[in-house]
This record gives sequence, C-alpha cells and structure tokens, in this order.
Amino acid sequence: MYDAPQTQREVDLTQTKIAARNVQVYYGDTHAIKDVDVNIEDKTVTAFIGPSGCGKSTFLRCLNRMNDTIDVCRVEGDILIDGEDIYDKRVDPVQLRAKVGMVFQKPNPFPKSIYDNVAYGPRIHGLAKNKADLDDIVERALRRGAIWDEVKDRLQSPGTGLSGGQQQRLCIARAVATEPEVLLMDEPWSALDPIATAQVEELIDELRQNYSVVIVTHSMQQAARVSQKTAFFHLGNLVEFGETGQIFTNPEDPRTESYITGRIG
Amino acid sequence: MSDASLQSPSAAPARKGSLHRQDERTRKRNAAEARFRGYGIAAIAVGVFFLVVLAFSIIRSGVPAFTHTVLDVEITLTQQQFDEAEAQLFKTKAYAGYFNATLTAELERRGISVPFDEAAIERLAGKVGGTLREFYRANPDQLGQPVTFELPASSRVDGYFNGRVSRDTLQESRFLMLADLDLVDALSEAGIIHGTFNWNFITGADSGVDNPGGAGIGASVVGSFFMMLVVLFLSLPIGVAASIYLEEFAPQNRFTDLIEVNISNLAAVPSIVFGILGLAVFIQFAHLPQSAPLVGGLVLTLMTLPTIIISTRASLKAVPPSIRDAALGVGASKMQAVFHHVLPLAMPGILTGTIIGLAQALGETAPLLLIGMVGFVARGYPDGFIAGFTEPNSAMPAQIYTWAARADASFYDKAWGGIIILLIFLLTMNIIAIILRRRFERRW
Ligand SMILES: Nc1ncnc2c1ncn2[C@@H]1O[C@H](COP(=O)(O)OP(=O)(O)OP(=O)(O)O)[C@@H](O)[C@H]1O
Ligand SMILES: [Mg+2]
Repeated sequence: MYDAPQTQREVDLTQTKIAARNVQVYYGDTHAIKDVDVNIEDKTVTAFIGPSGCGKSTFLRCLNRMNDTIDVCRVEGDILIDGEDIYDKRVDPVQLRAKVGMVFQKPNPFPKSIYDNVAYGPRIHGLAKNKADLDDIVERALRRGAIWDEVKDRLQSPGTGLSGGQQQRLCIARAVATEPEVLLMDEPWSALDPIATAQVEELIDELRQNYSVVIVTHSMQQAARVSQKTAFFHLGNLVEFGETGQIFTNPEDPRTESYITGRIG
Repeated sequence: MSDASLQSPSAAPARKGSLHRQDERTRKRNAAEARFRGYGIAAIAVGVFFLVVLAFSIIRSGVPAFTHTVLDVEITLTQQQFDEAEAQLFKTKAYAGYFNATLTAELERRGISVPFDEAAIERLAGKVGGTLREFYRANPDQLGQPVTFELPASSRVDGYFNGRVSRDTLQESRFLMLADLDLVDALSEAGIIHGTFNWNFITGADSGVDNPGGAGIGASVVGSFFMMLVVLFLSLPIGVAASIYLEEFAPQNRFTDLIEVNISNLAAVPSIVFGILGLAVFIQFAHLPQSAPLVGGLVLTLMTLPTIIISTRASLKAVPPSIRDAALGVGASKMQAVFHHVLPLAMPGILTGTIIGLAQALGETAPLLLIGMVGFVARGYPDGFIAGFTEPNSAMPAQIYTWAARADASFYDKAWGGIIILLIFLLTMNIIAIILRRRFERRW
C-alpha cells in the first residue's frame, strides 16, 4: 500500500506512545477540537494535515500542554503518554515538556547567543556535567539541526541575527538538545529552502529511530515523504487516521479525498 | 534596447499619463504631507522656544544664589588692644571701633576718603564687632598676627552687586541708606568688597529668616538623598514583583481587573492626598518620627509604585509571547521563563520607568509639607547614616518652597538657585536612564 519510499522502511508499529481519548478543546465558546481519538506510535513519524484553521496546531499543543498558557483554552478528555494521563493533577507540565519537545510554527530563538540558545535546555535540566560536555551537546544538536556548518564560527553571535530559515533550524537544534522522547513540529518548513527542508526531513527520519515525531504540514508530498502515519483534520474533527500510504492513495472519507486532490482547503 | 521596444508600451491606448508628471491626486497628497510636516516642525519650534525661555530665566534668576558679596579685611589685633576691649562695658563696640579704624586706614592708604560710621558698617556687613570678638576669644594665639576676615555683606548690598537693588530703586531704610552705596562703591574700588563663589549655598544648611546670606541647600539635598534611598529600595522590588505577578502569573479574572483599574486610579491621585494619608498612617498611627526622610520616603513610595507598576507591566507586555513559548517549550518553568528571558528583555523599560518615577518623587513638594518636611527644619546635617533616615530634615523642593515664601527678597534668589540644583539632579537621573536603556538594549 505504501508509496515507493515507504515500502523500503522497516516500521515498528507495535507500541503506542501517545493515546488521545475523546479530546475536546474549547477556546472560550469556540469548540476547536471535537472528540478526537488517536494513537500516536513510538518510533514513528505522524503527520497532521488539514486546511488552515482546522485545529492541527491546537491539538499538537495539547500534547505538551502548551495550551495551559492560554487563559481561555480548556481541554477535556484524556491524553496518555506511556499510559500516564498528562492532564493528571500530579503531572508537572515542566517535566512533561522536557519529555515532549516542540518546534513552533514561527521561528522564535531567544535573543541570546546561538550557543546559549541551544545550551539553555540542557542547562536547566542539568544534562551536562561540565563545560566540555555542554559543548558536545550543543555541537551535536546543531549538527542534527543541519545548521552546524553555517554557525560553527559564530556561536557567540546572537541567534536573532540569523536568517529566518537558519533561525528555524536553530530552534530545531534547541528542541533536540534536551533529548525529548516526543518531538512536536508545527510546520517548521515555512521558512526553509529546499536544501534545508531536505536536511530537516532527513533529521526527522533519523529521529524516528529513537523518538516519536509529530509534524504538522501543508505539503502533501512532504507528508507522504516523511511520515508513516497521517491524520487528517477538518473543522476540528479528526476525519481520518491511518497509514500514510493508504490515506494518500485510497482515502476512506470523501472529505479526505477532496482535500488531497485540492478541492477543500 | 531598441527604440521600438521602448515605444511599444506608450503606444498602447490603455496607458494613462507619464510617470514624470504628477497627477492631481498625487499633488494633493504631497501637499497634505508637506503641510503636516510644517505643523510638526512648528510644534517642535514652539516647544524649543519655551524651553529656551525657561532655561534662560532660571539661569538668570538662579545664578546670583551661587555668588555672594564679601568684605575682605586684614586686621592685626594686639594683646593689649584685646585686653582693653575686654575690660570695657560695651565690648563688641570696642571691636567694631578697631574694625573701623583698620578700614579707614586701609582706604586712606589707597587715597580714598569717604565718611562712614559704625552704623553704616553694621548695615553693610552686620555686627562685625561680635564676629571679631568671638574669633579672638576662640583663637587667642592669633593675636598680634595679621588675620584676614571674609565677612559676608548684607543681602541689600548683595542685591546692589547683582543688580536687584539700584540707586534709583533703593528705598532708604534702617537696612540701607543711599549714602552707604557711596561707601560700597569706594570699598569695591579698593577691592575690599567683592563677589565670590558661595560654597555655603551648596554645602550649607538652611539659615534663619533674617540671614539669607547664610542659607544653603546642602542639608536638604541630603534629606532628598535619604528619601530617594527609601523610595528606590521599596518601590523597585515591590513594584516589579507586583507587575510580574499580575502580568505573568495572575489569572485574568474580575479580581485582577479590579486591581488593575485601581492601580491606574492610584497613579492619578493628587500627591497631597498621599501626604495626608502619610500623616495619618505613618505619623499619627504608626508614630514614626515627624519630618523624617523615612516617612517622606514611605509617602513617596506610595506615589511612585503605580508609575513603576504601570511602566513595568507595559514593558513586560511588549516582550513577544513567542519568547515565553520558546522557553516553556524546552521545559523551563514559568519562573525560569520570566527571569531568564522575559525580564532581561523588559529591563530597559523597567529601569526607565523606575527612574522617571524617582525623578517625579524627587520633585514632589506637597506631601512633604504635610508630614512636616518643611524647609526650615533643614538646619543641619544628620549625624550618621541611620540618623539620615530618622532625624528631621527637609528635601530640595520643600526647601525651595520655604525660601520662595520668605519675606526677604534675597531668599527669592536662593529659591531660584535651589531650582537649578534640583534640575541638575533631575537631568542627571534622566541621563542615567538613557544610558542604562542604551546599555541594556545594545546587547542584541
Ligand atoms: N489563542 C486562541 N484563542 C482563540 N481561538 C483560537 C486560538 N488559537 C486558535 N484558535 C482557533 O482555533 C481554531 C484552530 O486553530 P489552529 O491554530 O489549531 O489551526 P491550524 O490547523 O493550526 O491552522 P494553520 O494551518 O493555519 O496553522 C481556529 O478556528 C482558531 O481561530
Ligand atoms: Mg497552525
């Protein structure tokens, strides 16, 4: 059922990393996510697709409780990571976010040096024993963010002085530096050129060996290229969820089909 | 490019006018823009004009406070003269006699002769006899040696020197006669009477109502300083903590809305209300010392807090939310996000707001008058750091107010001089604010 690239991949689909049950999200009176049930698997890339405003970002932000910061936002239902309810009272969102990293739709580097941008997470989580260790972590993260070669000579210059695409890759490096178990990426490609896009896609494929990656994308080709599972959202509903190949070649729901073929969205 | 290709667009019938000619709408628009610029420049010119007028009049009226007129007289008093004077019934009169004799001799030596008597000298330089006697009784070892006395001239003579009093406007009185001015001219010609820089005005304390020459602003500068210490160390931490809590942590509900409205209202409360509140709460209820910079500082803290809170909240609001998201996204706690990322970005705004609040407090007069920090209590320097907070003192603006209200016209000069000193402090604070803002902003 897979497209050519996917057929060559060995995918371990046995383990559920994130399970969402009856998730409802309200922004005040707006019902933004309606009754979403989904299982996101470990060591898998899951793509969220759907027309603008359908709730992809909203649902993604539920997975690491970034919605807590929005006063009017209310989340109902259960979201389990490794079987534990993340909306349980005992869960500290800070601990959760160290485990579930995020790359935002708009690049948002700290107004600090490139080095400090990447080192910040490892520092506050105490991941490095000493300076050399931290240097290693920073270098590895920047390499994985496909930006090391461009910035290795100016690690102390401000991260905000980079171009938009470089900033976004810096943000990716920052997110992977804390070694999260799940990485949420909200359309990180919007500012990337084709080469950087390819590099980030490669990175995602590499991250898949150890992590669960959830991406939001507007590009069908991209979803087809990098993901194993695809979820199609429409007006706050999860319309269809399944193997990427199947969604793209043989969608069950007519709405999915019209979106993929370019009739809605 | 060939001509043909250049001409082909203009050949098309749909094209309207040339780019080289402005059409009617563009012309109107440009005219409106030019008019607006004109208004703007005119507004700035008016502002600058008033500023220049203000600065000029302040400096012209205030500079006399920094100079005073003195009589320089060198006297040699022998032991015998001293003993004789001390044996008399009117001792200071005897000393005054010595002084006059010396002055007459000095004038004669320079070939100047003007008649004068002891009363004239008293009108010019006060009770010189008393000054001399006090000096020689305290320093008997100076007897027999020449001693130069620098005696401050009376305020009218001062006024004659800096143009406030002239021969035409002088009203003869027991303070100054027209004939005295001849003596003043003669002494001035002889170089005995002249103007000098008045250090006492900067370092001294307030004097009595009858001695404008001895009045200085130093003690009340110290009073203002201790008050500002109280204001800074209370209002900055309280204000910043309150703003951070309200802006970053507090839930948005009716209660926080109410607090917000009330803070804005507090910023608009007239300062005299804070003064009477301070009188009732800090002095009458809490029994803190009256006229103390501590109480003044507390009252001004109440006044400054809303300013600091409002400006701090504004600068926290101006930090893009994406920075908070970024910090939370890598697993920082809310407090880490605020202290590591938001606060440094908000710092220039917070510092500017704080210094502007402090500058406002420094110039505030009304509440200080109510808690008894009026000018005339600034009669001396506090002894020690703690005493600086608790001993009665005044503050610069209250001192200026007190001087301006006094009858003797020389105090009017002192008031203007005090304003110059106050403005120097305010300007310095504003410059510090600008430097701090630059320093923090330049980091990125
Ligand atoms: N902070 C908010 N307050 C109120 N409503 C919001 C907020 N954020 C999102 N919404 C609403 O929730 C719905 C889903 O928004 P969301 O950002 O999840 O869309 P999206 O699928 O990510 O769209 P896009 O592809 O354009 O990023 C939208 O109707 C939006 O108006
Ligand atoms: Mg989105």
